[in-house]
Amino acid sequence: MATTITQEQALSELPATGGRLSALATGAFRYMRRNPELLVGLCLLLALLAFVVIGHALVDLDKARPLSTRALQPPSSSLPFGSDKQGRNLLAVMIVGTPQTIEIGITAGVIGVTIGTVLALVSAFYRGAADVLIRGIVDIGLTIPGLMVLVTLAMNVRGGLSIPQMIAVVAVLAWLFPARVIRAQALSARERAYVAVARLSGMPRRVIIVREVLPNLMPYIVASLVGSVSAAVLASVGLEVLGLGSFDSVTIGMTLYWVIYYAAIINSWWWWWIPPIVIIIVLFTGLFLMAVGLDEFANPRLRRRA
Amino acid sequence: MNTDYLVKRLGLFLLILWLASTVNFFLPRLGGQDPIRAQLGAQAAMGGASQVGMKDMIAEYDRRFGLDKPLLEQYLTYLGDTARLEFNFSMAAYPTKVVDIIWRSLPWTMTLLSVTTLLAWTIGTMLGALLTQPNTPRILHYVLPPILTLSAIPFFLLGLLLIYLLGFQLRWFPLAGGYDQGLLPALDPRVIANMVYHSILPALSIILASIGFWTLGMRGVMISTHGEDYLLFAEAKGLRGRTIFLRYAIRNALLPQLTALALALGNIVSGAVLVEVIFQYPGVGSLLYQAIRSSDFFMIQGVVFIVIVAIGFATLVLDLIYPALDPRISYTRR
Repeated sequence: MATTITQEQALSELPATGGRLSALATGAFRYMRRNPELLVGLCLLLALLAFVVIGHALVDLDKARPLSTRALQPPSSSLPFGSDKQGRNLLAVMIVGTPQTIEIGITAGVIGVTIGTVLALVSAFYRGAADVLIRGIVDIGLTIPGLMVLVTLAMNVRGGLSIPQMIAVVAVLAWLFPARVIRAQALSARERAYVAVARLSGMPRRVIIVREVLPNLMPYIVASLVGSVSAAVLASVGLEVLGLGSFDSVTIGMTLYWVIYYAAIINSWWWWWIPPIVIIIVLFTGLFLMAVGLDEFANPRLRRRA
Repeated sequence: MNTDYLVKRLGLFLLILWLASTVNFFLPRLGGQDPIRAQLGAQAAMGGASQVGMKDMIAEYDRRFGLDKPLLEQYLTYLGDTARLEFNFSMAAYPTKVVDIIWRSLPWTMTLLSVTTLLAWTIGTMLGALLTQPNTPRILHYVLPPILTLSAIPFFLLGLLLIYLLGFQLRWFPLAGGYDQGLLPALDPRVIANMVYHSILPALSIILASIGFWTLGMRGVMISTHGEDYLLFAEAKGLRGRTIFLRYAIRNALLPQLTALALALGNIVSGAVLVEVIFQYPGVGSLLYQAIRSSDFFMIQGVVFIVIVAIGFATLVLDLIYPALDPRISYTRR
């Protein structure tokens, strides 16, 4: 019971502290202490960000290109992460590749959640034929193995998927899950009293959806965005490991493709595969913990018993 | 179960098959240029022993899908072929048929997938249910964080770590393949033992990485059943705690878990494909990888179609047994 009170306090303090940054930070900090998942997830992602930012300032990124370094050098003071078989400086590869991989995830994730939200709202508020169609596509689409559809799309792109093409391909399926989750929330929102009041006061449906319902769905939308980013990264890494990425792009997924292609693990080239695996684990764990934490923030009723 | 529902559900299955084959047909033709024809030409131009065969294949492809034919006729030909699972010859292994190669790989994938999914689902569900019980051994609570962390990691990444730790460093398990070289896959106890031995690491990477998902789901459902009237009633009747737990709480919480299973099959197979690739396991995942590397369009189309059909069929079966498990759902018209 005690935790519930602090939750309400923390939430009620947030809007009141509008201008005062320090008070806001205290409120956020107090909330984070009860939601360690969110805190740890955020820290992991910030650590990744710090690695990329500091790396961009200190490391010569041209060395991420093949043949720029002696091949297969183990880590040393001049090459902290060593080099791969094609002569890339692996530290530079990680610094260039991490933001590229995250960019694919965030862009495809944002596209997916945006389309998913629009379709979910249309489906929940206009019902009728649109609802039947959207629900049908989502229900069928979610049971089909997504990677197979993406492979079919990708194999028709000559020379492997460049990063914009990768984003486009991954986004094709990225809206399905957000559409389902947000539609369920929108359906419950439309039965709430505030929507009824808005309707009775003569507000047009479009305006109700945008001004009343959308802001109330924001926590769910943000929570499903984190899940979508993680799913999009997973899909793009999967396509790249299967050999459908462009051999020119420098991403974590392509690094893993070369690791598997040259069997780096059984050749004892440990410095080649440890960094991409660590980065992927940090990224996915960070996103997963943030999703769990945001879920608790969005759905206080889900909160586990202490 | 009423026939109305059966017909509707079968119709949905057929709709998925039709969509999959339609996408397979139209996507390569969208760009105006047919990449399949281009790849056939490139294969023939490379020459080599199979060149004569490739020429025949191009002639046959042109006869059936030539540009002089109207698109609709080509499309109907393609649908007919797909219905008979006729995916043409493999471009990389001419003159072997695509279907024959897929049939050889399919049992490997189906066994690996069904065993691992069942084990992960059962272990995860039991763990999730036990975690909500007050008298659960303390140790289970310490298992949860690592299991949940593993569930955030892609299957194949865990596989890479397992290859390095248990295969390469400790040499407990083979690094790759489905059986020892020199053995022929056969139903002989020694060979089967060898195949099981080879499948332990791939299976472990799928199981360890998916237990957490089922644990989390089951824990959520079990918590929401707490305080339900039927549990109070069972308690009031004086039933033993274990009976209430097994026959009342778990039994009802299993239904949403089963729905989740039907929904997750597609994701599981997507993850398992990559696990096969890194273990060079002789299933359809490795087949797809090889086909992509050699731009074998017919093989890619065949694998994609068969996997979609297989998962669609598994979902269909789960949906049809659902009313048998939950008497509240009869699918009769009201």
